Amino acid sequence: MSEHRCDIKLTVNGETISETVEARTTLVDFLREALSLTGSHVGCEHGVCGACTVRVDGVIVRGCLMLAAQCDGAKVETIEGVSDAGEIADLQAAFERRNALQCGFCTPGMLLTAQELLRGGGVPSRDKIREQISGNYCRCTGYQAIVDAIEAVAQERAEAKR
Amino acid sequence: MKITEDSPSALTALDRPNSYIGRSVPRPNMARLMQGRAQFVSDVTLPRMAHAAFVRSPHAHAKIKSIDSSAAKQAPGVVAVVTGAELSKVITPWVGVLTHLKGLKSAPQHAIAVDRACWAGEAVCAVVARSRAEAEDACELVQIEYEELIAVTDAETALDAKTLVIHPELGDNLTFERVHTAGNPEQGFKAADAVVETTFVFGRHTGVTNEPRAIVADWNAGDQRMTVYQGTQAPHMMQNLFAKHLGLQEHQVRVLTKDVGGSFGIKVHTYADEMAIVALSKLLKRPVKFVADRIESFVTDIHARDHRVKARIGVKNDGTITAWEIDDLTGIGPYSVYPRTSGIEANQVVNLTGGPYTCPNYKARARVVFLNKNVMCQYRAVGHPIATAVTEGLVELAAAKIGMDPLELRRRNLIADDAHPSQGPSGIKFEALSHHAALAHLDSMMNYAGLRAEQAALRQKGIYRGIGFASFVEVTNPSAAFYGVGGAKISAQDGATVRLDATGAVFCHIGVTEQGQGAEAVTAQCVASAFGVPIERVRVIMGDTDNTPYGGGTWASRAAGIGGEAAWQAGKALRQNVVAIAGSILQAKPDTLDIRNGVVVDRDTGKERIGLDEVARIAYFRPDTLPTGVQAELVATRHYVPRAWAFSFTNGIQASYLEVDTDSGFVKLLNHWCVEDCGTVINPQLVDEQIRGGVVQGLGAALFEQCVYDDRGQLLNGNMADYLVPMAMEMPDIECAHVVTPTADSELGAKGAGEAGTAGAPGCVMNAINDALRPLGAAALTDMPFTPGKILRALGKV
Amino acid sequence: MKPAPFAYAKARSLDHAIELLGRDEARLLAGGQSLMATLNMRLSAPKLLIDLNGVAALGGIAVKDGTIEIGALTRHIEAERSADIAKHAPLIALAMPHIGHPAIRNRGTLGGSLAFADPAAELPACLLALNGELEIAGPKGKRTVKAEDFFKGLFETALGPQDVLTAIRVPAATKDTRVGFAEFARRHGDYAMVGLAAAARADGKGLAGLRLAYFGVGATPVRAKKAEAALANGHVDDAVTALASDLDPSADVQADGATKRHLAGVLLRRVAKQLMEPRA
Repeated sequence: MSEHRCDIKLTVNGETISETVEARTTLVDFLREALSLTGSHVGCEHGVCGACTVRVDGVIVRGCLMLAAQCDGAKVETIEGVSDAGEIADLQAAFERRNALQCGFCTPGMLLTAQELLRGGGVPSRDKIREQISGNYCRCTGYQAIVDAIEAVAQERAEAKR
Repeated sequence: MKITEDSPSALTALDRPNSYIGRSVPRPNMARLMQGRAQFVSDVTLPRMAHAAFVRSPHAHAKIKSIDSSAAKQAPGVVAVVTGAELSKVITPWVGVLTHLKGLKSAPQHAIAVDRACWAGEAVCAVVARSRAEAEDACELVQIEYEELIAVTDAETALDAKTLVIHPELGDNLTFERVHTAGNPEQGFKAADAVVETTFVFGRHTGVTNEPRAIVADWNAGDQRMTVYQGTQAPHMMQNLFAKHLGLQEHQVRVLTKDVGGSFGIKVHTYADEMAIVALSKLLKRPVKFVADRIESFVTDIHARDHRVKARIGVKNDGTITAWEIDDLTGIGPYSVYPRTSGIEANQVVNLTGGPYTCPNYKARARVVFLNKNVMCQYRAVGHPIATAVTEGLVELAAAKIGMDPLELRRRNLIADDAHPSQGPSGIKFEALSHHAALAHLDSMMNYAGLRAEQAALRQKGIYRGIGFASFVEVTNPSAAFYGVGGAKISAQDGATVRLDATGAVFCHIGVTEQGQGAEAVTAQCVASAFGVPIERVRVIMGDTDNTPYGGGTWASRAAGIGGEAAWQAGKALRQNVVAIAGSILQAKPDTLDIRNGVVVDRDTGKERIGLDEVARIAYFRPDTLPTGVQAELVATRHYVPRAWAFSFTNGIQASYLEVDTDSGFVKLLNHWCVEDCGTVINPQLVDEQIRGGVVQGLGAALFEQCVYDDRGQLLNGNMADYLVPMAMEMPDIECAHVVTPTADSELGAKGAGEAGTAGAPGCVMNAINDALRPLGAAALTDMPFTPGKILRALGKV
Repeated sequence: MKPAPFAYAKARSLDHAIELLGRDEARLLAGGQSLMATLNMRLSAPKLLIDLNGVAALGGIAVKDGTIEIGALTRHIEAERSADIAKHAPLIALAMPHIGHPAIRNRGTLGGSLAFADPAAELPACLLALNGELEIAGPKGKRTVKAEDFFKGLFETALGPQDVLTAIRVPAATKDTRVGFAEFARRHGDYAMVGLAAAARADGKGLAGLRLAYFGVGATPVRAKKAEAALANGHVDDAVTALASDLDPSADVQADGATKRHLAGVLLRRVAKQLMEPRA
């Protein structure tokens, strides 16, 4: 059956959520408005800026290019959950040390995008890091500090593994 | 607190025992931003809040014949549908002029268009509904009948007699004209051995802040107060304007600015749709929220640049520059933007052209004309990228023409470091600059000779690399000369109030604002250093007109230089107050005491005498134990405004090293360097990151960014897929260094650093591209952005 | 910028999707990486969105009888990481990193990209160069359409209103297979200004069955047949010259037609070099 409103059940940052959503509601609007998880940002709503980046079933997606209705049964993670879990504490510390954010609007999406690369292990080249974040727009920093911070964490993590 | 880079200032006035001046203290607001716990205006939700969307004119110029909102009013969730005529009963129109820009004229602008729309994107009708989606649904049901009028879209013909006059009551389409002659340009050109003449073209840009403009207005009919949550750079300015146009007293308006997702000058203006939101809230007696979506951002956020500059330089064979001449033309929107006006950028081009050099012979004309396009106004580095690219483009073209190394030609013409105070050809006054020291530093930092050798060797292999430079001067720390003297209620001064709490921590309330530059950290550094506490004990309060001293906000690189000085002075004043009370408690003379690391100590020995917590405890809870007549004043306020100089000019030089793929016309940026002099560096890391971010905004201008309009006034690339902002993959790493020449106007000696990167980068890249292509006989490229198509044309390949 | 209202239905099976497509103004949702943006901007406003994600029959990569079959719902990231695609459809593997950005590739599907048929997209040209075919299921059952016949016009394909693109099939590469891919995009991951996907068989010193498929130069991917003939004979210069009659690119917001035509020639020289090299 097709409906303009859909019942969905999903986990968000580990919490089970049951909600009724308008079919047209994007994932990022659902997170922000229904769940007050405002750490995922709305920057362009056409998939270019990356400010709405969240994780669905373990991989990063554009929160503006997915419907909340599509997330029935999914595992969604946002910057709030990933921060609280401590998963990217080292990356956040590196961003702070390197002043890799200014206004901070792109930062949640940038962190999650970087973490996906870092989870792959190894020490990626600066070019590879730039490529990874090439779909995440930052108007403030000029990107170099972000690349520095990600590179530093890759090295730290590789070092820790030895 | 971990300090990443530690180079405490050696300046004696600042060399307090626990000084944070000159140290890379991390910004206190970063953690919340990184955890998704910031509060941007787009995150704000209030009880009974409704959402607004606008029906916007699809035409660049059209008479609004009728608006039928009956169907929209019946749509689900709709609270109200309001036209411009209806809203004009709540909020008055405005005219964006300044009296010191003589002759500048504009027409009254309404919050929502009344009778006529003057650009494609101007709001014509507002819909307020329970959700943004429902508001947009209803917008589609508003029936508007337009009669399309001729759109004036070409600046070159805007002043022709046969061109329609957009505002007939103004007589013509000329917004503003400035003519300036200094020295003897005619004689200068006669004395030249070579004259280079060309036309520079600058794309129309917009800021593309990652968070679009956002506002929540909450009129509380019970309190008769308007609370406005707004992502603005200038809360007090907006408080004044909201009050003025809503017919309220300023104290009835509170502007609250929390986290702001990027500003760059975009968020320091009066936007018609934001004025409409405060009016709608007043009309509907409930909170109304508006967050511009990206598509409406492109057609309503101010645009900037879009200048065409015909320019000439005269030079002798020994490299002496003999004369400058520019003729600048820019087409703004149909209105001069309120209250800063749309004449400032052209005025800055006249002020800044030739600025770094000694040649006094200068002739300039700048004309600003009305067009039926989106409005233009001040955006990061106002006028600088244009004036710098024109000046530096001319300098390098002249150097090539007489066969002189471009750095050498600069050495022979830059104002000497010991020649200050001095002035530029337009009459702008320089307190102290360091062009030659900066150039020498750059020369060695980039290994210029080595790069030239590499360039020559690669050319043999058919690889074309270019090196380009741009020296610049930068306007910072503006005095009242910028806006106040022209009649705008834009504060040039800023105030800071510092108070000791009952535990020995300090609160600093300050008028400057934070949009990521680090004003909060810099303020804390100044207070902690001046007062004498660990920086963790300083909490900074900004962005609230109810709770901060009156101030201008953050723009024109004023937050550190002006706000920082106010905070520094307030911290010192509080220290005096506290040691006075401590002296009373300790039976010691106050001038034998100091505060260090949060403890009152003997000034000479450093011996700890009493903790600040203990002073506070006695002052607040046991004042009965103080001697009769002693009253503790644990709050101090100080203000600062630059007085000796209209602007605190900084200077610097940038270099770009890039490779042009001569087959495809693609440019790869390899390296970029910037040496600048912003006076005392309060926080080296924050200054460097301002430079880097600014450079990248300038690189966007050079290679990518341009709002493309067709001749009917339609923006053709108003989305983020087609308007190309710089992304990570194409940007180079940027090396920064500093020469330090403090301003003597303040004790801190700090100037600004926010514009420098954007000021120099476009011209620098232009020069590097032309340097790369010169051996191939390519025509000089002077029309930004330098797309592959333009480069291929210059090479004769297309 | 919120989508106009629509109904949403999750297709339980291919047949269910086809059945749902019978309704008024229904549209399929696969990866959504293009469609969702047009919905958000209200450039399209279907009444019903049929979500194909979850129809298992549309996934999977299989190699049989000299053909590699890729399910329409295969995501870009799966294709990028697939050893089968790297081995049997190396042209597609070459193209993958040029498509969008990591978060886009995690979600976007091959079938979605082909069905959307953006003229500047990489995959339609790849399929054309590979002489691939598309499997389509409709109310009357399944049929197969050659890539050449699939791309009809700007965002227009051979898919009927009740059709679902189910899989693509391309001939599996052999040791003689030569492929080349290059594009010019202003920024990494952007849609290309001009791009070229090419496939051929090594035939002595020459190339046989050469197919040059350009994208970003017209309403659909475009074969450069005269250039193919010249290049097959090893005449690169002639091939570049022949592009003048093969291609007639029109201007867009990033480049004018003349620039695109020139860049097409530059790509041809670069891709020609790739084609001459044996596969690693």
